[in-house]
Amino acid sequence: MDGHVAESSNTREKSNESEERLRKKKPKERNYGSTSTDAVVVNPNQQSSSIFSTSSSSQPQAHTINPNRDRRPPEIDEEEEREILKYGAKHVIKLFVPVTLCMMVVVMTINSVSFYTVKDVYLIYTPFHETSEETGVKIWNALANSLILMIVIIIMTVLLIVLYKKRCYRIIHGWLIMSSFMLLFLFSYLYLEEVLRAYNIPMDYPTALFVMWNFGVVGMIAIHWQAPLRLQQAYLIFVSALMALVFVKYLPEYTTWVVLAVISIWDLVAVLSPKGPLRILVETAQERNEQIFPALIYSSTVLYSIVGTTTTDDDDQQRNESRRQNDESAGFNQEWASTTRQRIQQRQVEVQANDQNRPTQYRTVTRPASDNLTEAQRQQQQMEEEERGIKLGLGDFIFYSVLVGKASSYGDWNTTIACFVAILIGLCLTLLLLAVTRKALPALPISITFGLFFCFATSVIVKPFTETLAAEQVFI
Amino acid sequence: MTLAEFFGCAFLAFGPPLAMFCYTISDSPIKIILLIFSSFLWLLALLLSSIIWFIFIPLKSYLIFGVVVSVLIQEAFRFIVYKLLDKTSAGLEELAGNSLVIHNKTVLAYVSGLGFGIISGLFQSVNILADALGPGTMGLKSGSEMFFLTSATMALCIILLHTFWSIIFFDGIHHRNKAHLSFVILSHLFFSITTLLNSSEIYSLTIILSVINVILTMCFAFKIVGGTFEKLKRCIIC
Repeated sequence: MDGHVAESSNTREKSNESEERLRKKKPKERNYGSTSTDAVVVNPNQQSSSIFSTSSSSQPQAHTINPNRDRRPPEIDEEEEREILKYGAKHVIKLFVPVTLCMMVVVMTINSVSFYTVKDVYLIYTPFHETSEETGVKIWNALANSLILMIVIIIMTVLLIVLYKKRCYRIIHGWLIMSSFMLLFLFSYLYLEEVLRAYNIPMDYPTALFVMWNFGVVGMIAIHWQAPLRLQQAYLIFVSALMALVFVKYLPEYTTWVVLAVISIWDLVAVLSPKGPLRILVETAQERNEQIFPALIYSSTVLYSIVGTTTTDDDDQQRNESRRQNDESAGFNQEWASTTRQRIQQRQVEVQANDQNRPTQYRTVTRPASDNLTEAQRQQQQMEEEERGIKLGLGDFIFYSVLVGKASSYGDWNTTIACFVAILIGLCLTLLLLAVTRKALPALPISITFGLFFCFATSVIVKPFTETLAAEQVFI
Repeated sequence: MTLAEFFGCAFLAFGPPLAMFCYTISDSPIKIILLIFSSFLWLLALLLSSIIWFIFIPLKSYLIFGVVVSVLIQEAFRFIVYKLLDKTSAGLEELAGNSLVIHNKTVLAYVSGLGFGIISGLFQSVNILADALGPGTMGLKSGSEMFFLTSATMALCIILLHTFWSIIFFDGIHHRNKAHLSFVILSHLFFSITTLLNSSEIYSLTIILSVINVILTMCFAFKIVGGTFEKLKRCIIC
């Protein structure tokens, strides 16, 4: 996610200052038309504000931003930091709400639908099913499983980068649309079926098919094309929850935990190491000054969403669906890339709407659907400098939810709540750290570490204590 | 029936805190973050007291030991929360945007107290609430049918008490008033020790004592934040 926290009014001046420099630096891509320079002008704002890119997928944005920022004088940095902090709280909450909703859907489903806790079928990427009685063998199985998964993820990431480098956009788009199609129709149908079964509600096939068709088609439109912001957000949250449920259901017991740990380490490496694949991808996208491909990103603001609606896509989940566990890595890249372009578009919108004070003249050329742009601009004007919005990769949603869902599958609510609070605090810390270090950080590591620690600490150490207290009805 | 009992108990325990959250916390992002932050610190306090309880195996059978240790650790963490908020007040101010929230120590105390209370109430009643959903009905064959109701009431008490305690405690530290601090600790100890009576199912006694404790602490906290009877009357009339 990248949080756009900067105040546009203040930062615009700064952006003007650095305009010249930036213009020189920026490679000229012709998609901008006349607005290309304008877009660059606003760049600094974006950079300062996109510090919040904590998600595994969204980190690239921050990365892309960094080089420019380095050139700015320190005073500006301080000022911007203050702005970031100023708007930080609001944006943190804007992330808390969807993350909480996603977790709630997963936890409620796991607690009411037994289908998702029964282990019978597994993903093909996890050939070791932990059927042995011995813990040692189970751990060995889990490690092997997660190793295979990680290899798949890395291969898919590399494949994605290669495809992107070769400009095979159509293949990538087709891939994403296919996977979101599967998620919205197949897995949603399975979900509906199991929920109906759990609550013992009879429903005839025509009705079910009618409901599924409408749900799926609206979802495809909302995710890949455009829709009201709330609808899109709802679909994204639901899709992430669905994907998290798939993980909880189809990954073996120990493997889930190991995968969570390994994924967060991978997140760290892919984002922070100089040769990290995600980083490479983002840099490429930045060079081309374009958005890589539609990605699955949760965006909190209208401006973003309008720009993003056409571009967002859930690759992570879709890939997962297609049983390629590379979601995460791929998701990062795509999301990153997509955000880059969104930023560019946003810049254009901003420039046109605010900088030039000529609301009616929209010169943006990049977007195929110009109607949307004007609409976006109008909305932008309405919102004025109120907020930039914040984004979080759906991969983060998914793995947070997997953690909480897995914790709740043991039937202890205390563990679930502890996990939930720990993840939110981890998210807070990540955002804070981003504001301090001004460097892109992955969203998973801190949160998942906290979550795992509190999950095990609660279930091993705290649970006996609280259970004794609860049995005696002693309140401390 | 179980469903009705569940909702009844859930709203008895968490209705007032929910209302407090909606009307006083939810409008300000920084307050929500502080709430979650203080909940997290309460979790740490619980973890610490659990570890101590876990390690001293010979004392495990005496629940009172765990209770007293936990109460003291919680109060220590309340102090830590105060110190942390105090130290980071400059940063918080920037984070908050409007400094009204941060400069008002009472608001900080209220928010962090509510955070302590909500997580404490959740941790101590949520599993019982989940059990209330069934299958099975409490008090049908053995035990008291008042069990869930008592549990919910006590949860509400602890949530409210934590809020009031934080207000008194923060004020006590601020003005270096040792009497206030010791009142909080004693009140907390008193509350926790009276709940030890619950195991012998003298629910009416514990509830009465706890509610008296809540009302006393509430009046004290109300007085500390500068409330007077006149103001209350005006507030109600308007």
